[in-house]
Amino acid sequence: MNAMLDTPQNAAEPVIAGRNLVKEFPVRSKGILRRKVGAVHAVSGVSLDIGATETLALVGESGCGKSTTARLMMNLIPPTSGEVLYDGRDLTKLSRNQMRPMRRDIQLVFQDPMASLDPRMTVFEIIAEPLRVHGLFKNGGRARVNSLIEIVGLNPEHRNRYPHEFSGGQRQRIGIARALALQPRVLMLDEPVSALDVSIQAGVINLLEDLQDELGLSYLFVSHDLSVVRHIADKVAVMYLGKIVEEGTTDQLFAGPAHPYTQALMSAIPLPDPRKERTRERIVLQGDVPSPSNPPSGCRFRTRCPLFKELGANEQSKCIEVEPLLHSDHDGLTRAACHYAKKKQLV
Amino acid sequence: MSNISVSAGNGKNRAVGAKGDVVLQVEDLNVSFPTEDGLVHAVRGVSYELRRGQSLGIVGESGSGKSVTSMAVMGLLPKTAQITGSAKFEGEELLGLGDPELSKIRGKKISMIFQDPLTSLNPVYTVGYQLAEAIRVHYPDVNKAEARKRCIDLLDSVGIPNPQQRVDAYPHELSGGMRQRVVIAIAMANNPDVIIADEPTTALDVTVQAQVLEALEKAREEVNAALILITHDLGVIAGHTDEVLVMYAGRPVEQGSVDEIFYEPRMPYTLGLIGSLPRMDEDRGHRLTPVHGTPPSMLNLPPGCPFRPRCPMSQDICAEVEPALLPINGSGHVAACHFQEQLEGKAPDDVFAADATDLSVEAEIEASEAEAVVNTEEDDK
Ligand SMILES: Nc1ncnc2c1ncn2[C@@H]1O[C@H](COP(=O)(O)OP(=O)(O)OP(=O)(O)O)[C@@H](O)[C@H]1O
Ligand SMILES: Nc1ncnc2c1ncn2[C@@H]1O[C@H](COP(=O)(O)OP(=O)(O)OP(=O)(O)O)[C@@H](O)[C@H]1O
Ligand code: SF4
Ligand code: SF4
Ligand SMILES: [Mg+2]
Ligand SMILES: [Mg+2]
Repeated sequence: MNAMLDTPQNAAEPVIAGRNLVKEFPVRSKGILRRKVGAVHAVSGVSLDIGATETLALVGESGCGKSTTARLMMNLIPPTSGEVLYDGRDLTKLSRNQMRPMRRDIQLVFQDPMASLDPRMTVFEIIAEPLRVHGLFKNGGRARVNSLIEIVGLNPEHRNRYPHEFSGGQRQRIGIARALALQPRVLMLDEPVSALDVSIQAGVINLLEDLQDELGLSYLFVSHDLSVVRHIADKVAVMYLGKIVEEGTTDQLFAGPAHPYTQALMSAIPLPDPRKERTRERIVLQGDVPSPSNPPSGCRFRTRCPLFKELGANEQSKCIEVEPLLHSDHDGLTRAACHYAKKKQLV
Repeated sequence: MSNISVSAGNGKNRAVGAKGDVVLQVEDLNVSFPTEDGLVHAVRGVSYELRRGQSLGIVGESGSGKSVTSMAVMGLLPKTAQITGSAKFEGEELLGLGDPELSKIRGKKISMIFQDPLTSLNPVYTVGYQLAEAIRVHYPDVNKAEARKRCIDLLDSVGIPNPQQRVDAYPHELSGGMRQRVVIAIAMANNPDVIIADEPTTALDVTVQAQVLEALEKAREEVNAALILITHDLGVIAGHTDEVLVMYAGRPVEQGSVDEIFYEPRMPYTLGLIGSLPRMDEDRGHRLTPVHGTPPSMLNLPPGCPFRPRCPMSQDICAEVEPALLPINGSGHVAACHFQEQLEGKAPDDVFAADATDLSVEAEIEASEAEAVVNTEEDDK
């Protein structure tokens, strides 16, 4: 399951890559003994590559394993199995001390900036903190913090204010400035604009795009919103129940999604265009996402797959028994994990 | 009893009330809340007419007064709220009605669906029991077996799988999307004339949102109800409404048919909203045009146009005179901007810059807020 795609921008070495990442969380019994009675299969064999100045978007619905994948890629939690390759090394094998300098390079921005900013610290101190922790503040730290405040579009005169004195969009800018303090190469952005009003969200999206171009950053952009993803990503990986079901370069994936889940997801995103909305094909899924502690055999999407329902019994048995792997039948720019994948134009 | 079954009719023979007659008429609605810091003027002059079978979308930023507007109509605001204006259901004034009279209308004539289905469902009763109650409140002589059958039909019609079993489930045994569909089923139970849905799908995943919206559309079609759909999602508005009301700082700033609002907006804020939307049918080559800054506080609103500090088109007059909602053509499209005629044929990036930050807007907002505080202090003297 090598996630390398045959595209020009991927010809170079990826900056960071996940290989066959698996994460299972134990489910324990109630009572004193708390025996392990099962496992949540949060991430089940995910491989990702992110190049320099490249944005890979991870999309999918609530609980499909996006945040867990991002935390695995940062080596914040140990994988059940799999590797994270950065700078020629497997991060999951490093000791705490060996990991420390690597932490500087890979930073995280959260969805809810309020929860991640210490309410008792001023903006200046919040942004300066990572520099102090790494012993870098003495060397021109003050100037660096001031320039970060300006880069993200905050008023330098507000450097002594507290987080609650800022709007949601401004707080997210504070979170981004803090993440940039140590001059990272990779930003893990976990739903960074989901909590913002659209008019404000656009400014933060533009900021992230500008910062990437100027600083050559790599982004893992976690989102449930395909419209934002279309706008910001170079490559997209669509997740369902802990697995990547389809991946590819953004333009090609949107031009012809081949996995029935990607197709349903795309057709469910409302377009802010009344004429298009009136004439669009809609695929409405039935039923609910199965529990990740007991995922379906074979293809995990089969319990809701509209295509499965149309198949004959023989074809269906393949979906039930054989796990579909990511493969490309066509141009190599997109790959789908479906035995009967067929491209469809939806937007 | 066929009039309480939503699954029986196919929506084709709408004998009662063709699209056309007004069911809900709101005029110059104003709502203020006395607070420790002063009077919060949350809704400032909302007017609309809702016709049978029509759907009206209300959009606007967080805090713009979308929810308070419909809570006022339904009599759901705290007693301290000061409400003026008029809200008539089929000619009958709702504002000022007591709880006993209102409860004859709520749930039967006008149903409401909220963002969080758990606020509308009681955790200790099965969904079937709650549905049956909703039916029996207004049709007391329905017997048990009949009511149960109706419940199953209703659950089926909103797309709940295995309704025969789910009818005996408790709310916590259902997923969020299923709960919201149960709430829709309850809202439909009595063939309401109006459904008010306040962010009904905001907490849901997109594929579940699609299921819920489909259920809502189907149910609405079958009983020919009018819909007020409150959401901050312009995509949902585009696909599910006929008319749109754009709110800003408690005021309607633009209103028109869904096509007029999306293709010919005449108020800078509407244009800004459209330009700031990332779209699935446009790629990164297309830069977004943000509306920098934040909406004003409803506490000390400065004089003039409330959008002024964020508006790239503002002139001196905008700081002094709040623009009235004026007609653009004969079709009912109205907008509140002194310079609305200049917006004819304009695209968002003709008016807003496609930049990432703008400190001058922040400074402008701070200045106008400081000014507003000074003004109220002077008023207090
Ligand atoms: N620490 C944990 N212990 C047990 N289960 C967990 C833990 N963290 C996550 N999970 C489970 O793993 C699955 C994936 O969760 P994750 O947070 O990665 O999803 P997500 O795609 O980020 O969802 P969302 O869009 O809601 O943020 C879920 O079923 C979740 O309940
Ligand atoms: N009971 C109350 N007392 C005081 N102020 C209130 C009360 N209820 C609402 N408000 C204020 O009225 C204004 C409008 O609120 P409303 O809930 O209608 O906004 P909204 O447009 O629905 O926003 P959202 O998108 O966040 O739901 C807000 O400024 C809010 O703080
Ligand atoms: S493998 Fe079968 S069940 Fe899975 S997505 Fe393809 S058709 Fe559907
Ligand atoms: S009235 Fe003035 S400030 Fe208000 S929207 Fe129009 S141009 Fe902008
Ligand atoms: Mg998450
Ligand atoms: Mg609201």
